[in-house]
Amino acid sequence: MSSGNGYKVIGTRPIRHDGVDKVTGRAVYGGDTRLPGLLYGQVLRSPHAHAHIKSIDTAKAVALPGVKAVLTGADLPEAGDTIVDLGEGPARLKYMSDNVLATDKVLYSGHPVAAVCATSVHIAEEALDLIEVEYEVLESVLNVREAMQEGAPQLHADMTTQEFGEDTGKTSNLATHFQHKLGDPDQAFASADVVIEREFQTATVHQGYIEPHNATAMWNSDGQITIWTSTQGSFTARAQTGAVLDVPVSKIKVVPQEIGGGFGGKIPIYLEPIAALLSKASGQPVKLIMTRPAVFESTGPTPGSYVKIKMGANKDGKIVAADAYIAFESGAYPGGLVGAAAMCVFSCYDIADGLIDCYDVVLNKPRSFAYRAPGSTQVAFATEHVVDLLAAELGIDPLEFRLKNSATTGTRRIDGVVYPKMGCKEVMEAIRDSDHYKSAAPSGSNQGRGISVGYWFNVGLQSACTASVNSDGTVSLTEGSTDIGGSRTSIAMQFAETLGLTAEDVKPQVVDTDSIGHTDVTGGSRVTYATGWAAYKAALDVQEQLCARAAQLWEIEADQVKFEDGTFSSGDKSYTFKELAGHLDETGGPVIGRATVNPDSGVGGSFAANIADVEVDPETGKVQVLRFTVIQDAGRAIHPSYVEGQMQGGSAQGIGWALNEEYYYSDNGHLDNSSYLDYRIPTCLDLPMIETIIVEVPNPGHPYGVRGVGEANIAPPPAAMANAIGNAVGVRPQELPMKPGRIVAALATGG
Amino acid sequence: MPIAWIPSLMQKLTGGQHQIEVEGETVRQVVEALEVLHPGFKDRIVEDDRIKTEIAVAVDGEVVASGLRAKVGPESEVHFLPALAGG
Amino acid sequence: MSKAHVQTTINGEQTEFLCEPRQSLLEVLRETLGFTGTKEGCNDGNCGACSVTVDGVLIDSCLMLAVEADGVEIGTVEGLATPESLHPLQQKFLEHAALQCGICTPGFLVASKALLDHNPDPSEYEVRHWLAGNLCRCTGYDKIVRAVLDAAQEVRASA
Repeated sequence: MSSGNGYKVIGTRPIRHDGVDKVTGRAVYGGDTRLPGLLYGQVLRSPHAHAHIKSIDTAKAVALPGVKAVLTGADLPEAGDTIVDLGEGPARLKYMSDNVLATDKVLYSGHPVAAVCATSVHIAEEALDLIEVEYEVLESVLNVREAMQEGAPQLHADMTTQEFGEDTGKTSNLATHFQHKLGDPDQAFASADVVIEREFQTATVHQGYIEPHNATAMWNSDGQITIWTSTQGSFTARAQTGAVLDVPVSKIKVVPQEIGGGFGGKIPIYLEPIAALLSKASGQPVKLIMTRPAVFESTGPTPGSYVKIKMGANKDGKIVAADAYIAFESGAYPGGLVGAAAMCVFSCYDIADGLIDCYDVVLNKPRSFAYRAPGSTQVAFATEHVVDLLAAELGIDPLEFRLKNSATTGTRRIDGVVYPKMGCKEVMEAIRDSDHYKSAAPSGSNQGRGISVGYWFNVGLQSACTASVNSDGTVSLTEGSTDIGGSRTSIAMQFAETLGLTAEDVKPQVVDTDSIGHTDVTGGSRVTYATGWAAYKAALDVQEQLCARAAQLWEIEADQVKFEDGTFSSGDKSYTFKELAGHLDETGGPVIGRATVNPDSGVGGSFAANIADVEVDPETGKVQVLRFTVIQDAGRAIHPSYVEGQMQGGSAQGIGWALNEEYYYSDNGHLDNSSYLDYRIPTCLDLPMIETIIVEVPNPGHPYGVRGVGEANIAPPPAAMANAIGNAVGVRPQELPMKPGRIVAALATGG
Repeated sequence: MPIAWIPSLMQKLTGGQHQIEVEGETVRQVVEALEVLHPGFKDRIVEDDRIKTEIAVAVDGEVVASGLRAKVGPESEVHFLPALAGG
Repeated sequence: MSKAHVQTTINGEQTEFLCEPRQSLLEVLRETLGFTGTKEGCNDGNCGACSVTVDGVLIDSCLMLAVEADGVEIGTVEGLATPESLHPLQQKFLEHAALQCGICTPGFLVASKALLDHNPDPSEYEVRHWLAGNLCRCTGYDKIVRAVLDAAQEVRASA
């Protein structure tokens, strides 16, 4: 069964290798970890958004029967001034360590201050109530623009603003400021026929994965620490834990369990060092699982933002200038996510002159962290709104306007990067050619259609892969990319394609940090691309070795053996892969293929687009999604079902972000809606079927043309929804979420 | 000759110059050449003989993991960008 | 706290256990009895990952005390397949790629089975309405709904 694209395996839809375990409930996720003598831990968290910790008295907790150990921040090693790599960017160790357990201050409601382990989770919870913490409550700040102002409560007395490698020496809540400038935007704006400027705000939203964070640790008496955890990166979890505990990585083994969703939020560590230290103190393995409220209150949501966009165009429909002012909430500690926003804000368009001015601001919310194409959604919401307004002002169809200004191969972005081969224009053309777009826009009252485009640059980073040939011609493939969405199968498929095997002949395993070479995070849309590449190279290694083995059997030179279509041949002699695998023992023993990658170039990048049809109820402000299409450039879809799945999943998250999701804080800085009841993510009743159109502009930087698809699809939905609402009822919101009350209020004031 | 693109916040150091042609076959050589032309440039980019962790270097549009050792061709562009996160 | 002795039936097998009165059925299923297929997502009845059936009725096991299991029949995800084959719902979930991370999948399977037991020929709307108590963050639900409709057809055909 081939896919008709010239490949035998790539493009087909085999059942995923871990599928049966997952549908029978046998797959072991982090929370399912069971060990003899297991103790259960829980974490005490600050009720205050900003406070000095004056004292912590744990005596009563320690005395509670069943409690085996109690920890506070004082039990973590001194962090000093070290900088560590979090897996996708740098961080100060002190910030990381204080976020695990606070030392002198708490900086957000939910900030961990102490931890306990006991013979049952209920006793651990009772023990938390017995810990006495004395706080000196300070004034808090919860809004990004307020936090930037003179006189705002300052979170870090010693944090100075960094301006691109220069320490300005100024202390405030502004962690970083940088700019990108191309050409002469002032002059270009002056010469534009039309200039439109708008301001936008987006609320803090959370990745919302259904599985809470978890970690189980055993600190053996020989100093070896084993950690079982649901993580997006075993190696980064090991590195971060080692840094916080001041323990060499060789002493730590991270055993990744199956993971129940991440979207970027399970890259940073929260529980691992706590579990390890509790294990050390108690002498037994300790498991911690975050409560759902703690997941919302204490783990990294995506930055809320203030974005101002100004764009200028000429009567002929060409965009001539673009400015962006982007201020991102970084949460309690500096984060750096605004850099990615800068790369995405005008990424879909060819604009010769522009300025992007970016600010990373700390405030009293949990430390922001990556959420699927972090930063891209916030700026797409802003840019795509202004693009629609410009088109309307110029009397040009919004899709034609986008096509006319589309970025293409060779376009230089305002941040200076020149695009290699990519599919921005093809994705826009796919909007035009889609059934959805060709069908009449819904014309009932309060109905409308909107479109939008978005981008994510993707990353490469390091991956390793080893392949062991079994005597029956199957292959055991080991890799280190934890599988959040079916990637182990896509990796196996690329290996299989290379050697003429079936996907079922290759058995992929995700293994621990002692069993595979360094593999970077499952994130950044990199796994199918980079780990797939490593699998491809490992397959080539196997191929070369097997040619040599065939040569031995035929008593000829290895370079006289050809490999094609799963068969090794020389003249009229041939072996299939399976036949040759049966002869390994007599030709030198086992065959192991191996490969590592760390691509310096060729990552590509993925563009995505949406067409959204909506109906707005003018009385309640509720927005119903009538029809939704997502289009994305996958380069080459290895397993189309899972590519479609990524596209649909990102769309659903984007729709939730557009219509309902937000962190709702009371004035004292407490997160009031830390449950799935009140943090309202889409249910299946809220969504229609999500139509998918996979565009393939193969990535020349990958042996099979792969572009990572995990992320770009979350960028366009809020913008498409806003443009659809605008076309439906004449108000186009500039604030997320576009919740019912906000729509009703906008309709009342007329915008 | 390769062209180094200067981030706008560093253009104070380069007298407002935005793009500077310099000799160099590696990023290290490009940075050293820029330091000669505009003293103080290197300290903004390099610490302990490595690119600072909060900064990324892109050669011909792709961020290079090999940092100072990355090769630079005669037509290459070298950009200095803030280092990034993803999800 | 002294423990209660509970006698119950799980997936057709008679079972007994000791538990504290404050323990939920979810906790006992997972921690005491080893049925870790049923998942904890929120522990307050909002995500459906802990879905089980009790005397055929679909409930969130985090909202039921373990002591209430005495004398009833509980159905978990572990009871769907036979030694010979997967349940059509499980098979269709795999064929349609209706799972990505898979953490919500046991809950959806139990909930979908309860739907088909109750209504063997649901419309798309009826499927969505019934499953609105099961949250998924990965898939956008499209492939889940298709898998359930496809499985319903198969179950009807083989009845």
